[in-house]
Amino acid sequence: MTATLSRTTFTGLRCKECGHPYASGARHVCEDVCFGPLEVVYDYEAIKSRVSRATIEAGPASIWRYREFLPIEGDPIDVGTGFTPLLKAGNLARRLGLKSLYIKNDGVNMPTLSFKDRVVSVALTRARELGFSTVSCASTGNLANSTAAIAAHAGLECCVFIPSDLELGKVLGTLIYNPTLMAVKGNYDQVNRLCSEVANTYGWGFVNINLRPYYSEGSKTLGYEVIEQLGWELPDHIVAPLASGSLFTKIRKGFDEFIKCGLVDEKRVRFSGAQAEGCSPIAQAFAEGRDFITPVKPNTIAKSIAIGNPADGPYAIDIATATGGAIAAVSDAEIIEGIKLLAETEGVFTETAGGTTIAVLKKLVEQGKINPEERTVAYITGNGLKTTEAVASAIGQPYLIEAQLDSFTAAWQQAQASQQG
Amino acid sequence: MAVQVLIPTPLQKFTNNDASVAIEAGSVSALVDALEERYPGIRARLCDENGKLRRFLNIYVNSEDIRFLDNETTVLGDGDEVSIVPAVAGG
Repeated sequence: MTATLSRTTFTGLRCKECGHPYASGARHVCEDVCFGPLEVVYDYEAIKSRVSRATIEAGPASIWRYREFLPIEGDPIDVGTGFTPLLKAGNLARRLGLKSLYIKNDGVNMPTLSFKDRVVSVALTRARELGFSTVSCASTGNLANSTAAIAAHAGLECCVFIPSDLELGKVLGTLIYNPTLMAVKGNYDQVNRLCSEVANTYGWGFVNINLRPYYSEGSKTLGYEVIEQLGWELPDHIVAPLASGSLFTKIRKGFDEFIKCGLVDEKRVRFSGAQAEGCSPIAQAFAEGRDFITPVKPNTIAKSIAIGNPADGPYAIDIATATGGAIAAVSDAEIIEGIKLLAETEGVFTETAGGTTIAVLKKLVEQGKINPEERTVAYITGNGLKTTEAVASAIGQPYLIEAQLDSFTAAWQQAQASQQG
Repeated sequence: MAVQVLIPTPLQKFTNNDASVAIEAGSVSALVDALEERYPGIRARLCDENGKLRRFLNIYVNSEDIRFLDNETTVLGDGDEVSIVPAVAGG
């Protein structure tokens, strides 16, 4: 065995539903039995024998400090993804009536300013190992940005698919890397279906389809980092956005793995999820006490989380229920207020998904579902500069003045008066 | 009343590796019966032990999820396209 191979800690794939085992190739569903999703299987004894707080702290300032917990064999594609700031949000905490609130800010993740860089770094590393020369994805925007950027860095051909009505910033933020971009006339769920059909006949690596078991593991690093940044402790409560539900389940898996490997003391963490009212199939099922999802047609400004048929929705409901958390939905107006609130109190400009998370955080505090004493972490997954359309009409205007002192003085007095009013 | 059915890769072992097959059926449940008749064993892959379509399988008729139509009783017409797609995580 070579030195490189000896670092591999995963042994294959397994169906999350029925447990049927599979070899670690490019496949994502339990094709021999039940079509359930496949998960990576690790040798946790091997991980435990190699990893300690000290070895992790000595690693790179990226997700690859946790590489023993990630499903790759050789050298990773490291574009500096991960290890984003965990901000103590004192102003926002006071505004909401909380004692201890943190913002995990993946809006400044590298290279494309969303949490998707985590999953794509892992997926494209694995794509290269499995011999793919063309990579692809179905995306609500952020994933397309990330796949196109990291494919460019890794020298992989790239063809990505998005709904045709996305925000300009997300379209431009994909095209700049010069992939082939397919803007599909339809919503994300239709794009996703088309991509499954394309994946059937083209031998491409779709990061969120046939590479999904590897891809989704990248989100676990959002759990590991929070533990490490809290001084090797778990929070009491987390709030995260729900699109497909995958991120939510992987933060939980990240917490559980660190407990299992003796890196953090065990304690129950409450998991709460955030959706936009215009696309809230998981929140609706949670409110009605259902364990199955009824798909919806999305209609919300929170396009990045507008998935009407969320594949991991049932698992997200299980986790919120088991941990004593909640799943709630907020209106588009509340989402815009959430974006502004985070910006004004903490200097963090997030996109609509982050506005959804902050608005749901506020709502859950008001409803008494988050205890003010709980150490709470809100996950901010994307950057506001990509979705400026959403807030353009809800913010102030500049004062247009002459380059003269009296012009400034007049405008300044006007500004003071409007603030007092 | 032939409909065109798009078969996902994992099920193409039943269809002699055909990604698309034409089949006669007047509804989604009749389509499952017709597929089983032509490709014995495929029903057990499409449906769970209670005979319901599996939870992680999505069926579309002319690009519309049958859960927005009439589920298994959704009527099929000549030339309709039916797509069978395993659920995938989002992004």
